[in-house]
Amino acid sequence: MEQILANGVYLGAQYAMIALGLTLIFALMNVLNFAHGQMYVLGGFVTYTFYGQLGFPFVSGLVMSCVTLFILGALIERFLFAPVIKRSSREESTMLLAAGLAFFFDAVILLVFGEKQRGVPKIVNGVFNWDFRLIMPYDRILICVLAILSIASFILFMQYSKTGRALRALAQDRTAAQLMGVNVDRYSMIGFALGAMLAGLVGGLLVTITGVNLGMGGPTSIKAFMMVMIGGAGVISGAIWGGIILGFMEAFGLAYLAQYGDITYLLIFVSLMIFLAIRPQGLMGKPWG
Amino acid sequence: MLKLSAIQWTGLAVFFLAIFVGVPMMIAATGRTDLFFTLTSVGLLAIASAGVWLTFYIGRINIGQGAFALLGAYVSAILVTKAGMSFWLSLPLAGLFAAFVAVLIGLPILRLRGVYFAMITLVLTQVFTLTALALPITNGAKGITSIPLPGELSILGITLIPDFSTLENPRQAFYFTTAVLMVLTYAALYRIVNSRLGHLCRSMQQNEELASSIGVNISYIRVLIFAISSFFGGIGGAVFGSIAQSVYPSSFQVADSVNFMLNCFLGGLGYVFGPMLGTLVLYFGWDLLFELGKYQMLIYSSLLIFLMLVLPNGLLSLRLPKKGGQDK
Repeated sequence: MEQILANGVYLGAQYAMIALGLTLIFALMNVLNFAHGQMYVLGGFVTYTFYGQLGFPFVSGLVMSCVTLFILGALIERFLFAPVIKRSSREESTMLLAAGLAFFFDAVILLVFGEKQRGVPKIVNGVFNWDFRLIMPYDRILICVLAILSIASFILFMQYSKTGRALRALAQDRTAAQLMGVNVDRYSMIGFALGAMLAGLVGGLLVTITGVNLGMGGPTSIKAFMMVMIGGAGVISGAIWGGIILGFMEAFGLAYLAQYGDITYLLIFVSLMIFLAIRPQGLMGKPWG
Repeated sequence: MLKLSAIQWTGLAVFFLAIFVGVPMMIAATGRTDLFFTLTSVGLLAIASAGVWLTFYIGRINIGQGAFALLGAYVSAILVTKAGMSFWLSLPLAGLFAAFVAVLIGLPILRLRGVYFAMITLVLTQVFTLTALALPITNGAKGITSIPLPGELSILGITLIPDFSTLENPRQAFYFTTAVLMVLTYAALYRIVNSRLGHLCRSMQQNEELASSIGVNISYIRVLIFAISSFFGGIGGAVFGSIAQSVYPSSFQVADSVNFMLNCFLGGLGYVFGPMLGTLVLYFGWDLLFELGKYQMLIYSSLLIFLMLVLPNGLLSLRLPKKGGQDK
């Protein structure tokens, strides 16, 4: 039981971070970022290159992941999403763009890094073992703590910094924020970049445990969508709850249902459908986002 | 009934000539019989995309068509291999079963809108793949293989469709089957759009509350439309399984669902024939870029992104700026 709970916390923390980036982008621009999983994989590969290949310290790899994805996110928003949103007669057109981007990143990753599974040396050795009731490698604990710290600092940033306030205002009401003197274009760009950065950061953190490969992008996006639906799209607390709930469901499912075959996700989906039938906007979401 | 202008009649005639006479003659002349398979795939994907387009028409972004195509393919394959049913009977049954499942799933999830609906249909595709892997009747990852080719269809002793396995070129037969199905699908689509139901759909696309307040039964219409959409998906998937003579859980995946949606976007959401054009362009674009080897994906996706930047409202918005229901 302790083991399952610990796994749940570990999975929940990393999932929450992925969902945070997605929900941030959605809240600001009403864009469903299909390429989120690919951004996560890209972040993983950057850390892999700097830490695993070039031998820089792990932290510098993480920083590089964040910086790369931040810049990439800013460029994508500035030169792709902003013009399309302006000129398209339907908001949904951005989905085609996002899907195109997801394909594009997949192609770039395939060309640059190949399709092999890549791993990096462990950052900490050893395994935490509490009387065989709870077994957890130290690096997992470290990553889990780092993820929780990042989530906490992200919330603090959104709550108390000037940028965070501007972003929240933008998410609440774009026009009103503009009337209050918020530079909408600039903060949309920063928000998108931050969302991409969060994806890159999780990728960098998790490369030390699960490694990274080309095929991880799509499934990661799907999981992120599920979390966002559980919690409610465009709400930060919702993304965190969604991540934690999915993490625990997966941990329990893998522990108790594994003997019946691969039905964990089937059950999660069925319960999600029942849940959404009762509460279509998710736990924390506003009706119709 | 249909009120078409002279130009539209001519266009329609040219289109029929092209697909039923022109293409087979071209292929016979050049000897590239592989094109039959390519064009058949385009036709089938266009049928499934037509369903996606229809859900767009009530203002829902459907990324779950892959799920229903997979379902249709499995239903037809199981009926043919396990129950020994004729393919021609299993085809409508596959569509109907997909529509039935769509009603069951649609009742709760059609209450969702916007990105919520898009996300849950995307998850739906993944779940159907997982279900196909887990259930015993679908034979797991091994899939259902060596499905026999469609047999003879005769009414009162008159052979309407000959047994495909006796033909010297079954691919050509599949091409004609698909072409007929595609024409029927798009005729149905055109009919729906230009009917009372189509008007109701357009009213829902603009504002569901308003439509509901003036007496449109929105929950009935959206389930009906979703069922029709999934019917098309099921039909397309069933024929696909029959051509490939095998079905695997990976036959239709999330990427396929996304592609169905892209076909509609690319062709333009305001035009009935948009999804057909979008499918043709995307499929052939992908095939043509095959020469580029490992850069295929890179160039393909760059072109997609570029196209979106230049023509955010779809390909058909180029030629027909005034027509069609460009709403919002």
